[in-house]
Amino acid sequence: MSDFAVDVRGVSKRFRLVHGQYNSVKERIIHGGRRKTTEDFWALSDVSLTVKEGETVGILGRNGSGKSTLLKCICGVLQPTKGEVAVRGKLAGLLELGAGFQQDLTGRENIYLNGSLLGMSKREVDRVFDSIVEFSELEEFIDGPVKFYSSGMYVRLGFAVAVNVDPDILVIDEVLAVGDERFQRKCIDRVMQFQREGRTILLVTHSADQVRSICDRGVVLSHGRLVAEGEPGEATRIFRERLMAEGGGMSIAEPAVVASPATVEALEALPDEERPVRLRSVHRLYSGDNTVPYMRTGDDMTVRVEFEALHAVDDVVFSIEVRDDAGNTVMRTDTSIVGIVINAPRGTSVMHFGIVDMPLLDGSFSFAIGIQSRGGILYDWREDAGQFEVMNPSKVTGSIHMNVHAALISSESAVDSAAVAQSL
Amino acid sequence: MALDVPASPMDEDRALEVDTEVRVADDTAMAAEAAGLSARQAARGSVTRIVTPTISVRKRLRELWLSRELLIYLVRTEIKVKYKNSVLGLVWSMVAPAMTLAIYFFVFQIVLGNHVPNFVIFLFAGLLLWNLFQLGVLTGTGTVVNNAGIVKKVSFPREILALASVGSACVFFFFQAIVMVIFMVILHHGPDWSYVPVLLLALVTGVVLASAIAVLLASINVYLRDTQHLIEVILTAWFWACPIVYAYQQQIGNRLGPKGLTWVYFLNPLVPLVLSFQRCIYADTTVKVNGVPYDVLPTKDMIWYVGLDVGVLLLAACLFVVALAIFGRLEGNFAEEL
Repeated sequence: MSDFAVDVRGVSKRFRLVHGQYNSVKERIIHGGRRKTTEDFWALSDVSLTVKEGETVGILGRNGSGKSTLLKCICGVLQPTKGEVAVRGKLAGLLELGAGFQQDLTGRENIYLNGSLLGMSKREVDRVFDSIVEFSELEEFIDGPVKFYSSGMYVRLGFAVAVNVDPDILVIDEVLAVGDERFQRKCIDRVMQFQREGRTILLVTHSADQVRSICDRGVVLSHGRLVAEGEPGEATRIFRERLMAEGGGMSIAEPAVVASPATVEALEALPDEERPVRLRSVHRLYSGDNTVPYMRTGDDMTVRVEFEALHAVDDVVFSIEVRDDAGNTVMRTDTSIVGIVINAPRGTSVMHFGIVDMPLLDGSFSFAIGIQSRGGILYDWREDAGQFEVMNPSKVTGSIHMNVHAALISSESAVDSAAVAQSL
Repeated sequence: MALDVPASPMDEDRALEVDTEVRVADDTAMAAEAAGLSARQAARGSVTRIVTPTISVRKRLRELWLSRELLIYLVRTEIKVKYKNSVLGLVWSMVAPAMTLAIYFFVFQIVLGNHVPNFVIFLFAGLLLWNLFQLGVLTGTGTVVNNAGIVKKVSFPREILALASVGSACVFFFFQAIVMVIFMVILHHGPDWSYVPVLLLALVTGVVLASAIAVLLASINVYLRDTQHLIEVILTAWFWACPIVYAYQQQIGNRLGPKGLTWVYFLNPLVPLVLSFQRCIYADTTVKVNGVPYDVLPTKDMIWYVGLDVGVLLLAACLFVVALAIFGRLEGNFAEEL
């Protein structure tokens, strides 16, 4: 093991949830010396993650899943309760842009202060000073106090300093979502340049698309545990699935904490008892005119899923995920959301997804089919289970069809007609 | 703790630890320079930083040393922020003690009729050290809490914040010393030059002691915010427990001495330091007030002063190490407590 950049080894972090914090002596005496009534909360439990040199890893997770805590442990802002993090090389953390700026100092002074906070010597800052200013586009304001900066300028300066620290490892916590669109683009370009230069990047994001487009690998955190790790596509899919499962009001007695296999290969390597239900085949049928290789907007479509159960399995959830040709998910749903319970009998069975009144306009789309337990344990998954093409016969443009009604409502004529009605 | 990688000669002391690896890496780096991006991979890979639940004091000290430039920036910032938008700026740091001095002079020498010659110089000698100590401890105690924004988001040795408070107190000390020199010139009062090394020793000791207390209290204050207010009260009492506005020998030494209780007074570690300052700056141990001899300072030789100061220095150094250890233990939860 010599090529890691960041090695997270069994890190756990405990927070004490406080019910009434007694921070003064008086309060403590009143409460019998007990500091506070606490409840332990493990923000991270036994997370291990190895990031190789030059790799870009995206960390996905809902709010409160422990993403930021993990990054803080990696950056050394928080110390883990258990376990350790080994970091090889110079690390720059962008946990918050412009953290540590002093309102009363000028931009120039803050660059030096922030630079030294991030571990640069004065000479190093001298060397990159011009490129920081250039990147932040604050040439005219650099000698004014930062308290007069707009929030956009503030953030620009913060990012400019951080990327110019010349780190080997860049840790970014959702800060790419700041500033105007043009500057965001610039930041992402800079991140990509870092990638090309062979630097290691760890990125926390809510945006699955960002993971898809930037990262080499994605990991999914849920309830402080690392639940999935793999190709960005896979990771985002699992993340979405969890988001749905946890947020969709499904009745999960206990959130599933089984590491979902990240790739199909890994899935296939699982022993039979862990995946009792498997896909056999998937077919797509257009409802209307089957002589053309496409369907029309408004037509129906059926997806026929043939599956095999090694033994009778109760409450199996089938999911379908429709993607456009850019890979963006157009829709994802599953049988539990639709509201049916499928108990798979032993042997081969068939289920149907019927999509009625196709709302999509032009385009070719693909879909993925998954089988899982209600608790979220993935049994099988087929990424490219089928394609379909939609032809839009109407003059409507855009991506989906909506039922639009139009009417002229004039209050004056309404009054008139009321008057007419009365006079009659 | 994240401020790493021996990239410049400045960081050589750290590079020693991974000496061979670094040298190998350097050669590779040169060869790979042309290749561009692989240079980066070659240059790194030598330093592994580990974030663990606890960090040893030795490592902390080394990290502090490596972050000394940051210390300078923080001190500079603290002073700049303090005197932002003020016309006189640092001059205020001289005006304030001069005013204090004027008041004390008025009260003690004119109202209370203390006729010790050049009593102002005597006062100033003690106040110089006291102001350094008090300001460092007071601002240092609140510093981690007041800088929550940085502490929560940026990784660096946080003890630096407390040290920066003491550092800026040192800057103010310097300016006050200028005021004192001016007073001494005006009053034609020369110091005892042979005691200048003792004064410097006492100064260093005072700085170490203030740093130790500041680091300790800064971390405790995160958990127990009363510390900040408590220390203000304690410092007020502490001030009067030091022989600053009264002459040690006349008021304490001559009274407690016969009872064999002087050691009680010397439990206050600041006493020897203050006495050293006065011995050097005020110089006279016994003066004549209205023709009657008046003992100002203990009539001991230099060894006595040096011995006591060294003793306090050792104590302060131990306290500093303990403070670092405690700070390190408490630091783990700073980000969540703030």
